[in-house]
Amino acid sequence: MGTVEKNKNKRKSFFTDVITRLVKEKPVGAVGGLIVVAFLIVGIFSNFIAPYEMNQVNLIHRLESPSITYPLGTDHLGRDTFSRVIYGARISTIVGISATLINIIIATALGTTSGYFGGKFDTVMQRFVDAWMSFPSLLILITVMSLVGTGLVQIILVLGISGGISSSRVVRSAVMGIRENIYILASKVIGVTSIKTLIKHVIPNIMAPIIIIFSTTIGSVILAEAALSFLGFGLPPDIASWGGMLSAEGRQYMELAPRLAFWPGICLTTVVWGMNIFGDALRDLLDPRLRGGVGRLGNLGTKKIQKFLSKNKKLNVKKYNNVNT
Amino acid sequence: MGSYIIRRSILLIPTIFLVTIIVFLTIRLIPGSIIDIMMGEMGTEVLGEGFDRDALVAKLGLDVPIYVQYGRWVGDIIFHGNLGVAIRGQYETVNQKLASRIPVTFEIGVMALIFALLIALPVGIYSAIRQDSLGDWITRSISILFISVPSFWIGTLVMIYPAKWWGWSPSMQLIRFTENPLGNIGMFIVPSLVLGMVISGTTMRMTRTMMLEVLRQDYIRTAWAKGLAEKTVVLRHAIKNAMIPVITIIGMQIPYLVGGSVIIEQIFVLPGVGRLMVESLSYRDYPIVSGINLFIAAVVMVVNLVVDMVYAYLDPRIRYK
Repeated sequence: MGTVEKNKNKRKSFFTDVITRLVKEKPVGAVGGLIVVAFLIVGIFSNFIAPYEMNQVNLIHRLESPSITYPLGTDHLGRDTFSRVIYGARISTIVGISATLINIIIATALGTTSGYFGGKFDTVMQRFVDAWMSFPSLLILITVMSLVGTGLVQIILVLGISGGISSSRVVRSAVMGIRENIYILASKVIGVTSIKTLIKHVIPNIMAPIIIIFSTTIGSVILAEAALSFLGFGLPPDIASWGGMLSAEGRQYMELAPRLAFWPGICLTTVVWGMNIFGDALRDLLDPRLRGGVGRLGNLGTKKIQKFLSKNKKLNVKKYNNVNT
Repeated sequence: MGSYIIRRSILLIPTIFLVTIIVFLTIRLIPGSIIDIMMGEMGTEVLGEGFDRDALVAKLGLDVPIYVQYGRWVGDIIFHGNLGVAIRGQYETVNQKLASRIPVTFEIGVMALIFALLIALPVGIYSAIRQDSLGDWITRSISILFISVPSFWIGTLVMIYPAKWWGWSPSMQLIRFTENPLGNIGMFIVPSLVLGMVISGTTMRMTRTMMLEVLRQDYIRTAWAKGLAEKTVVLRHAIKNAMIPVITIIGMQIPYLVGGSVIIEQIFVLPGVGRLMVESLSYRDYPIVSGINLFIAAVVMVVNLVVDMVYAYLDPRIRYK
């Protein structure tokens, strides 16, 4: 019992630590984080926020200008643009999160096995990943989507799997970095099976790159879904996706009422921008390589480091000499 | 250098083999019978009278075991350079179709790349030499904004707002370069700017990172210590080395350029490879789809190979690893 509680405390402190450092060191990233949170709330509670149903057709009120009843006007079928934009957030949330989760699962499965076992298996896998990455992702996405048909489940699977194959590279290099660690060797020596070593010792130690993949992938997945729906290969037209709302089908009406093109696009851009700056800030906080090679000490400032060093005279001072260069 | 080129080229062979496997299998392994979908979508007006299921199966070469199909397909490509025959249009080959579309996509791609570099390099370098200044902060925010803006949205806005406000819209009629060079370049400026904008965001960020890395090196400190002017330090010492990795970045942008041109060609109704892809997919003309996928993947691989070689030529450290 005691150990479990100890671990719990440790984990909590890690997250609160990241959040406080985010606000302190990366205020812009924190703004991005706020945008992401707001987007998630709108996505989850869209049926409470939106005044109308996603597909509530009202042919009397076609292409109406913004008014109190229709805050952002209506489209060519008399559907409320505001409600559709709100529901669009839900679609993007669902696609973004689930496709990214699939991406992570596949990337972890391929990347850890390939990086941990190495050898011939790794060589074959990496040539396959090379081949996969030679295709511009959009081409392969529209090819596969046209074969499996439009739909929510299809798009999530296709985006998740194809992205996961590419992300596996990052996981693999992270695994190769820790494979040589003495604790991995120790677990081998006491006869722990490879699978168990992977799950208990390798995966927990690559959580930082995995979180980074998650935060940087989710924005690009949302953009990819929008691009596919825009081209007509993503979601069927009745689903209010931001990309689908911009698709060529409604082009002639957009020329009459440009706001139809404006709102879905501005939402998409804001959300992806928020995710990108949040992901960037998170990467800077979690990736030790980007801290100038001085580890966590790099964030303390020179004075604190000198104080730390004077207290720990036995440490190799040379190692920390390049702190401010 | 020679041995490096050979080593690098040999590594390409298994990758090319796997690329052909992926192109070949994606279309055949997906659930649902493509033949039925194709029969349904195409109908008799596309396929011609008396064209039944068996005839289509035969035309696609699906009436033999799968390894024979693969062998025939790859053999045709290797020995005859023939990517196959399109289903729509009686005698047109995939090669002819592709050849007529490549110039447009190539032109958009090259122009977009030029625009992207014209924006990204100066801004990225400025951002690095004034690190953490207000200017750096602004340009960094802009670069992230460029990455986040979907090109299809900007493209749509460019089509809609000028048309509404000034009655101006980009030309829909393709002007051939051979007929009117200036008009041809003129009509590609707007689409390439939209495409270039998105790519410039990534390039800007990478240029900044590379430049920062170089600026921290010892020889730059030496240059400063010698009392050289900032202009000399940056332009003569730092840029030369910072630009080497940027070449790799340009190579990395090629897939995005191709993917982006699919969208751009769709919005601006330009007859390029991307539009051919979307058309072929909507008519289910899968021989063309496979041909395009294989061709584009080959282009990407060759560009990457060339980029690696240029990189190795410029930076001897790579060659002797």
